[in-house]
Amino acid sequence: MRLIKNTIEHNGSGAVTLCPEEPEDMWHAYNLIRPGDLLRASAIRRVTTVQDTGSTSSARVHLNLLIKVKSLDFDPQSSQLHVSGQITNETAHTKIGQFHTLDLELNRNFTLEKDVGADGEGVGWDSVAVEQLKDAVDEGGKRRAEAVAVVMQEGLAHICFIGQFQTILKQKVEMSVPRKRQGGGDHDKGMGKFFRVTLETLLRQMDFNTSLTSGANNEAVRPVLLASPGFVASGFHKYIQSEAATTTPGLKRLLPSIVVVHSASGYLNSLSEVLQSPAVKTLLADTKYARETKLMDDFLYQLRKETNKATYGPREVESAVDQGAVGRGGGVLIMSNRLFRSQDVAERKRWVSLVDRVRDVEGGEVRVLSSDHESGKRLEGLGGIAALLTFPVVEEDLDSEDDSADAD
Amino acid sequence: MSRHRVKNVGYDDDDFEDDDGYDSPDPEEQEFLQQCTAAVLGQLRAGQPSVTATTEEVQEALWHYYNDIEKTVNYLRGKKEKELKKQSTPAVQKPKVQAGLPVPGFPAPLPAEAHFSAADFFRDCPWLNVPAHRKTEILVEPLYPRLGLLGGAPESGGKMSKLAALAAARKKKEGEKAAAAVPEGPSTSQPARTEGSTIKPSGTPLSLSERLAASKLSKASETNGGLRRLSKPGASASLPARQQPAPETSKPPPPSLPEPTKQEEPEKEPEQQQPTSNIRASPSTFASVILGNATGPTMAEPSHLNSNNVDLLQIYGQDHAEPFDFAAPSPDDVVMNAQSTAKGFKSKPAASKAAKGQADLAGGMKDLSVEEKVTVKSKNLDVLAEYNKSTRKKSANFVVIGHVDAGKSTLMGRLLADQGAIDQRTLDKYRKEAEKIGKGSFALAWVMDQGSEERARGVTIDIATNKFETETTAFTIVDAPGHRDFVPNMIAGASQADFAVLVVDSSVGKFESGLKGQTKEHALLVRSMGVQKIIVAVNKMDTVQWNTERFQEIEQQISAFLTTAGFQPKNISFVPCSGVLGDNITRRSADPKSSWYTGRTLLEELETSEPYTHALDKPLRMTIGDVFRGGVQNPISISGRLDAGSLQMGDQILTMPSGETALIRSVEVDGEPSDWAVAGQNVVLNLANIDPIHLRSGDVVCRASAPIKTVTSFTAKVLAFEHLMPMQVDVHRGRLHVPGRISKLVASLDKTSGLALKKRPKIVAPGTVARVVVEIDQAVPLEAPTRIVLRAGGTTVAAGLLE
Repeated sequence: MRLIKNTIEHNGSGAVTLCPEEPEDMWHAYNLIRPGDLLRASAIRRVTTVQDTGSTSSARVHLNLLIKVKSLDFDPQSSQLHVSGQITNETAHTKIGQFHTLDLELNRNFTLEKDVGADGEGVGWDSVAVEQLKDAVDEGGKRRAEAVAVVMQEGLAHICFIGQFQTILKQKVEMSVPRKRQGGGDHDKGMGKFFRVTLETLLRQMDFNTSLTSGANNEAVRPVLLASPGFVASGFHKYIQSEAATTTPGLKRLLPSIVVVHSASGYLNSLSEVLQSPAVKTLLADTKYARETKLMDDFLYQLRKETNKATYGPREVESAVDQGAVGRGGGVLIMSNRLFRSQDVAERKRWVSLVDRVRDVEGGEVRVLSSDHESGKRLEGLGGIAALLTFPVVEEDLDSEDDSADAD
Repeated sequence: MSRHRVKNVGYDDDDFEDDDGYDSPDPEEQEFLQQCTAAVLGQLRAGQPSVTATTEEVQEALWHYYNDIEKTVNYLRGKKEKELKKQSTPAVQKPKVQAGLPVPGFPAPLPAEAHFSAADFFRDCPWLNVPAHRKTEILVEPLYPRLGLLGGAPESGGKMSKLAALAAARKKKEGEKAAAAVPEGPSTSQPARTEGSTIKPSGTPLSLSERLAASKLSKASETNGGLRRLSKPGASASLPARQQPAPETSKPPPPSLPEPTKQEEPEKEPEQQQPTSNIRASPSTFASVILGNATGPTMAEPSHLNSNNVDLLQIYGQDHAEPFDFAAPSPDDVVMNAQSTAKGFKSKPAASKAAKGQADLAGGMKDLSVEEKVTVKSKNLDVLAEYNKSTRKKSANFVVIGHVDAGKSTLMGRLLADQGAIDQRTLDKYRKEAEKIGKGSFALAWVMDQGSEERARGVTIDIATNKFETETTAFTIVDAPGHRDFVPNMIAGASQADFAVLVVDSSVGKFESGLKGQTKEHALLVRSMGVQKIIVAVNKMDTVQWNTERFQEIEQQISAFLTTAGFQPKNISFVPCSGVLGDNITRRSADPKSSWYTGRTLLEELETSEPYTHALDKPLRMTIGDVFRGGVQNPISISGRLDAGSLQMGDQILTMPSGETALIRSVEVDGEPSDWAVAGQNVVLNLANIDPIHLRSGDVVCRASAPIKTVTSFTAKVLAFEHLMPMQVDVHRGRLHVPGRISKLVASLDKTSGLALKKRPKIVAPGTVARVVVEIDQAVPLEAPTRIVLRAGGTTVAAGLLE
């Protein structure tokens, strides 16, 4: 995402103009735009005019609309963001107060304005939002590193794209492969079929052109991680090699970028193991998700080792912050960005203030994890918030915990 | 083509309806008829002049009187009496009848007279169901002068009547054949009318008409003549004596309908005998209605009047008795009817069967779909009774577990080879091939490791089942993979086992690494899956020179560990052995160094297993272990072990979570075809009427009457092997393997009492029992109490019982 113009005031109100450049930017926009914001973007609207005679004519007109956001709809599969709200600027074709749904498009500027409001009823550009904006704006365009992971086991393959901020499950291949049986060759046949379908699906999802003559030959191929328990991934690798050697020579371009790694199962929750494997680490260097994954592992390790020096859950973390345990010298607040996506202004303010307090007052570290990554999913399981503490905090009495249970 | 079809269907339908109406396939009707028949026969016998009648006669009469027993009895009695009288004094009868009988006129010919044509008369009349009053009207007609008609008959009409007559003659012949059994002469008198109309009398009238129309239609007349010539012999052959139905003239004014019925009775033999009589009535009527004039003239002949006799009277009576409308069965039907009645009741089921077949066909058309439905007839066995009846050897399933490369597959290969379950030839082949790829020591393992990948890599990947029998027991081996990546497969295998054989590698270093690895994990898993008895095979003793101390050390460590895992000491036994050499497997070791061991061999140890009981009377549950194509005959087959209940061939089953039903085409128990199977048996079900996409390994087979519920979240009491916190886990139950997450730690529990020690713990330490809530992304068939295993990151984190 490119930042075109930034007019954020000191008090947190103001507007930015952004230009999304790649699909993942839509995810950023999804995290930045909140209900109540003003969004200006170009739109195509079908306008129906009624003549005096009663005859109607409709035309599609290009408009530049400013809407007050009511709701967002994000489709991670196709990275499309639909923002609906009421029109607040008057144009020749629309009236104020009419509803419109803006579809944000790649390489088309949009302007996002957040207002604090006279009495501070709005959220404005709070610290978290500014942080997110920084994350979203990729100045050098060097954050393109992306990998395709195929997590598989016998008869099951998950093809997913690992981005900076998102892991998108593109497609799941599921096939019943006969087990080995006495004197039955069905298993090998079934595996062959499974590999064929998986490869076809993978190439389709990657938009990989297998023809040798196509102009796309010079295009860099993203790393492809094949992960599985046992020998399925290596078998698949072998299959691709044999295909490249025999039927589809175009696949040879793909071969150098394939990495075979181990995973515990063919399900997505074993992706963390994939990302932790040395082969992948060297390949993808210091990427955000690698850091996030490591952070989560550290936290879980701490939780196991010294239970009282780590905590999770909204109430527990808040009370730990109150006791000053998340401060200088190793206190880390880990939050899922889902919490900031809350529709409720008060809710968001609660988390933003917690973040500000830890960072500015306590001096601890704050890490906001993408909920669309594997590590973020693990965090979600813990309530979306966790903390590494500087000193052991004795657990609260059972009653309050029960309350929180009820609150959940 | 489609038109043809349509037409055919139409005819079929008609026939079908007719059958319905007259063949009375309805069992109720039949029954009623039986009752009536019995009643009538009874009354006849009991009545004043006791008479007997055949069942056929009675039923025929009943049919005509719409099952009115009284009337039937009257009629039959009259008839029989008459018969008797006739037999005694046939001569007397004639005049009596002639005089006393106001025989209703034969209706059809009359309207054709000079006054009006048949068409005129029936102008406003329905084609069928001629109302009764019409009939009487018809009866009136004979009073009109007939003679005038003589010349009135148009040529063409005469011709047609001949054709009709010819047809009638043929039918009559047939009828006579059918009636041959019945010795009643007079019955044949009836057709004589029609015949007579064309034949005998026609001699004159036709020639007369010929003469009249000679100028126009000489050719036609020729044909007539031909026809006549043709028909004549037939007619004369059948009944030359029968003369014309002239008697109309002598008839008194029309009798009311009821009257004739009464009067008929005495002289009504012909009607009774056979429905063939109907034939004669109907066609002639039909013909005469259309071409009334044809018969008209003949009737008018005085000579025929004179020749009037009993037979003729009978004819009339008969005609009247036959309801003169087309509601009556068509001639063909009557013939069929007659034939079927002649055959008696035996033929009835056939008719009804045919009808049924037609219904089936119609239903079949409705049900017609692209998919071919297979139906397998269930034998409706009482499976449990069959099971109790059958005298089988006690059977036992055991799973072979242990760390990778402990020699599990080789040990089992040796066991099978020594037991003769594998022939030497195959074994030699394996040995040769294994040596070819430089893995000679794996030859025995190839007995179990059938997969090409497994052989190439020398490691078991998936479970393999094999069976062998001793004198007392039929064993099923489930060889589990030892590699940690294939623990899910091992779980699937362990879920089928009654007891376990833990294979440990006694060689230095290997045993130690195994104890940390899958030796421990597998033992914990089989224990948490409910296995009580475990046999520890201390393998590869030859590599440590049958060192007693080594054996004792291993025995000590393993038994200490197994006891803490929850196995009772009496259920643990140790056997030092060597899989490659076969020592202490089925035979004692010949190695002098191993002489210190005097205990049981592995096989003897296996045979000490007690029979296991299974939940036979619970609702059917079977976890699908594999879905495969069993061959051309059985395109969809599933295998697995019946967890509970029983099933048999032809049963309808429900697979969950797809919720699809399937039909069991056939059942194989331990590779042998069987009609049924009960819990505890390893079965292969060949299915029909289901798409394989609805079947996945891990699905559960149950019955629609007692389906297993699918859940997306469940509470389980688990023993933690690792730290538990809200985390992502894989849920395993047999072949079922789904991703899920622990969403809540409800409480940590006291191991013995099961009371909650701490509510909502932050983390559950290894070795503690906790109650957790697990959420699953997709709905899976799980029901309490079932044993589940939770794994994460390639290790088993917990195992326990669904609540």
